[in-house]
Formats: sequence, structure tokens, C-alpha cells
Amino acid sequence: MTEAAAHAESAEPILRLRGVGRRFGGLHAVSDVDLDVIPGERRAILGPNGAGKTTLFNVVAGDLPVTSGRIELFGRDVTREPARQRAKLGLARSYQQSRLFLGLSVEDNIFLAIVGVGRGHLRPVVLPRKDAELRARAREAARRAAIDGRLGDVVGALAHGEHRQVALAMALAAEPKLLMLDEPASGLSRGERQLLTELLLALDADITLILIEHDMDIALRVAERVTMMHEGRVIVEGTPAEIRANQLVHDLYLGSHYGSEPEGGASG
Amino acid sequence: MRRAVSAFDWRLLVRRLPVGVAVGTTVFALVWVLFWAPSTNFGPAIHSPANFLITLLNGLTLAALMFIVASGFSLIFGLMRVVNMAHGSFLLLGGYIAYEVQQSMTNGGGLTVFSSQVNAWDWLVPAIVAAAAIGGIGLVTQQVFLRWNMGQDLRQALITIAISVIIADQVVAHFPLESSIEKGSAVNTSWPGAIDRLVNLHIAGVQYSVARLTMLGLGVAVGIALWLWLYRTKTGMVIRAGVDDRQMTSALGVNIQVTFAIAFVVGASLAALGGAVFTSYAGVNPTTDGQWLLNSLVVVIVGGLGSIFGTVAGALLYALVYNFSISYLPTTGGDCCGQYSPVLTFVLLALVLAFRPQGLFGRPA
Repeated sequence: MTEAAAHAESAEPILRLRGVGRRFGGLHAVSDVDLDVIPGERRAILGPNGAGKTTLFNVVAGDLPVTSGRIELFGRDVTREPARQRAKLGLARSYQQSRLFLGLSVEDNIFLAIVGVGRGHLRPVVLPRKDAELRARAREAARRAAIDGRLGDVVGALAHGEHRQVALAMALAAEPKLLMLDEPASGLSRGERQLLTELLLALDADITLILIEHDMDIALRVAERVTMMHEGRVIVEGTPAEIRANQLVHDLYLGSHYGSEPEGGASG
Repeated sequence: MRRAVSAFDWRLLVRRLPVGVAVGTTVFALVWVLFWAPSTNFGPAIHSPANFLITLLNGLTLAALMFIVASGFSLIFGLMRVVNMAHGSFLLLGGYIAYEVQQSMTNGGGLTVFSSQVNAWDWLVPAIVAAAAIGGIGLVTQQVFLRWNMGQDLRQALITIAISVIIADQVVAHFPLESSIEKGSAVNTSWPGAIDRLVNLHIAGVQYSVARLTMLGLGVAVGIALWLWLYRTKTGMVIRAGVDDRQMTSALGVNIQVTFAIAFVVGASLAALGGAVFTSYAGVNPTTDGQWLLNSLVVVIVGGLGSIFGTVAGALLYALVYNFSISYLPTTGGDCCGQYSPVLTFVLLALVLAFRPQGLFGRPA
């Protein structure tokens, strides 16, 4: 607790959650989560399936309203603001299932991510010079996500791994201050995972990254700090080394792998 | 071995059945119309190419009108998943507004004015006023009645049905049945005199209405304008993105509610523009709304919901089947001409739904 407090003091947090909860009927998907993420930090959120990681993402991005607590983004209370306002402030997220516009080309998908956060995305007239500049940014983002070979192709025709790259390019193209990736490595081959890890390690130092990832190798290589969730609550927070050494993490994550059935009150 | 081969053939046959049925039906229809068509008004096309050409042009011009109306329906459905049951009512009200404006511009005094007294502005201004007024009504409808219940299909369908009933009753109240002689409260606007005439096409000696050719031109112009808007502007790109995934579009920072409002205004205006055209083409009466809601539904179900090319294809198929079945199917005595066309248009609908439920150009849900 003192360690966490010291960490929070070192800089003004870019994201601060206080007592955040989300209930679905009687199910507490997320309850009473406090979280501070400082600018430039690489944070991984780990936890078994159903721990509430994706719900936490949805609540932070504004896709779901909270049922309790308070969310501050870039020092501003955004608890009641819609997803698009949070996107305009500089938050970009990806989804566990890539959510792309299958009928549009790769370039148009990325272009949309840029015009969405900019002004005039509903402007009825075409301004060729301005658009050309934004198009160039879209192509640059595609290059950074290594998908620039397929700019003109319709996204529906691409393979799963390429969808992941397009989703990443879209998240990068918005030039976010806070980038939230939900299981970017799921369904990727070993080679694609290697490429993804390199991309994440090469990310600009001033982009803050929050990552949900089941692939521990990627998560612990990329992250500087790790938050462990279980049954909607944060149970451990620390550096990757601390997490590796933590007995509770082993019980929760590795217990089933070694066949030792955890008891009913595993969270206690 | 032999059994395996025959099972494979069966599956191949079943898979190719839709194509087979489509090709077979088309070939049969062509042969029928071109060479056979016994005991029909016109007889086979090789005997009477002029009648064939006129039927074809009638089909194409009706298709243009259907496209104008149905593209608005399809735009609203594609983006918002709202089945706007008031679309026919928007057309109906648009037609009556165009009539009122033309009456006041030409001092018609309640009678249909002669086209010789109507100039281009006396037709265009009513059409534009109707489109703008219905666009406004569409905006209010969307903001007040449909914004807060997105995704609740049944509730939205019921609300829009209620709106259509209210509009129909208001029309009956303001254009009471006893005010005119034979068609109930049917009203007509007139085409401008300049286009209300026949032109010699110099093909098989056919004289054809310039007004109807203008309708065809208007349909093509609306189609091109919609295409440019949806495929060449950022607004259009945002709308196409919203058709694919609304939530993701908002997550990118797009104000999807503004996009919905724009699409609804455009969709409603297209219904009213169609209404203004239809009032000159055939006249509107208080039952026109249901008939055009049905037309729009058939066109977008055949073509595929939310696709502009699908709407073109749906309108062409529906209007051509409708017109050719009037002219080229056997008729019985005084009950002339129209009796098979509803059957055949719904056979078309049934065939498309059986073999390609998402419509010709629709993507599977």
C-alpha cells in the first residue's frame, strides 16, 4: 500500500480510478477498483477469465457506464462523459474481437480513426489538401503496424492476424496519449506474436500503454507494472518480478495447470 | 466409391440450384416475352417491338421512382437498423405538400392545373418545399421518438406505425373524401408543360413521354449523388463505417447521433421527393402510404438492406417484373391486365428470400 502510494506520487496520474464498480444485475463484474497510471507507463492487467479485465476497459473507455466510483482521465473527471469525448481527449482502445469496418479498405479504416478524433469528420465537402495530409498520416500508422502492404484491400478479405495489425494501426493513428489494448496477441501465430512484442517495445515513450494479455511472456516483457485482477477486484499490484514471485498469482493462474484444484474461497 | 460420387453430385446440384433457378426463370421469361406470349394484349415482342420498348421504358422509369423512395428507406435501415414504417407516410405527406404548394403557386383553386400553365419552377419549388418539410418532420421524429430507444426494433416499429396512422388520418381530415368526385381525396400535381409531351425516339416509331424520361434522369441523378456522398465524402465514409459497427465508430470519436440525424433527414427527404414525383406521375390518395411502404420493403429485401447497388438492382427487378407481367401475361376479359403482377412480384420476393435471404447485394448478418 505504501509502495503503491509512492508510485502514485511520482507524477500526476494520466488515469485515476477511485472505487470504480460495474454491476450487471446481481453480478459484480468490477468492484471497488482503485488504479493510478502515470504518463508513459506500461501497465499490464492480468487475471483469469471472468476477472473483470475487459469490463474495466469498457468502463474506462466509456463503452459502459460505471455503477459506482469515479474515473479521471488526464486530470479531468470523465465519469459521465461518452466514449467519443474520451476518444477526443486522447484515449484509444482496441477490442478483444477486432472490431473493424469490414466493408471499408485498410486505409479508410485507419483514416476514420484519424478523422474521428479530429474536427470536421461530418463536413460535407471534400478538402483535398487537408485530406491528403490525413491520408499520409494513415499510411504512416499502417507502416508502423507493418500492414502497409495491404492499404487498398477491403478489410473483410484479410486474415485474422492482419485484422489485429489494422486494429493496432487504428489505435496508433489517432495519436493517443493513452493506448488500451485488449488481448492484442490472441489468435496470433508465434511469428506474429514476436512482431507484436517488438511493435509494443518500440512504442513512443510518451504514449501510456495499458494491456490486457493472457500471454504472460508478452505481458511481462512489455509491462513495467502489473495489476492482477480476480473476481472483479484488484488483488496484487507490482513489478513483473514481484508478480512472478507472488504465491497468490501462482495459485490463481498456475493452480489449474498443475492440477491442484483451488478451494471455493480462492479469492479470500 | 460409386455412392460417394453420387452424393457429391447431389451436393453440387443443391449448391448450384439458386443459379439454375435464376437462369432458368430468366431464360423462360425472355423466350415467353420475345416469341410466345399467347393471348396477351401485345403479343410476342418480335411481332410488336414498339410495345416491347414501351413496356421496357415504363419499367425503367418506375424503377427510377422506386429507387428514389427505397434508397431513403434503405439508408435509414442500414445505418440505424430502424425499419421506418412511416416511410410511406412521409411520401404521402410529401405528395400532398407538393400539391398544396403547386396549387398556391398557380392559383389552381382545388382543381388539377393544366400542365400548360405550369413552368419548371412551379414543379421544382413544390418538390423542394416538400423534401425540406418532410426532412424537418423526419428530424423531429428521429430526435423525439427514435433516439432514446435505439436497438429496440419492436418498439421502434410500433412507434413508426403509430406515426403513419396519425399522418394518414390528418391527410384524410384535411382532404375529406367528399371534396372530389371519383377517387376519394386523390390529388394530382402537373408536370411542367415543357416536359409534359411525347417525343419521337426514332426506334420502332415509338413516341414516349418526356416527363417519364425526366423521371428516369432524376432517379439516375439521385443515385449518382448518393454514391458520391457515401463513397467520396468523409460524412459518407462515417455513415458506411456506422453501418458496419456503430459502437466502434463512436469509440473512434465520431458523434454517431449527428450521423443518425443526417441520415434520417436525407432518407425522409428522399421519400418526399419520391412523393412529389409520384403525385405528378399517378396522383396520391390516402392509401398511397401503405402501397409505397410495401414497394420500399420489397425493393430493399430483394436488393439487400443498406446497399445502394442492392437498391438499384431491387428497384429494377421489381419494376420490370411488375410492368412486364401486366403487358405480357394472358388476360381474361374485362378484368384486364393487372391480375398477375402482384403474384409475380411476390414470387420474385419469395425466390430471393429462399435462395439468398440477405438480398442480392446484402451481406449476411
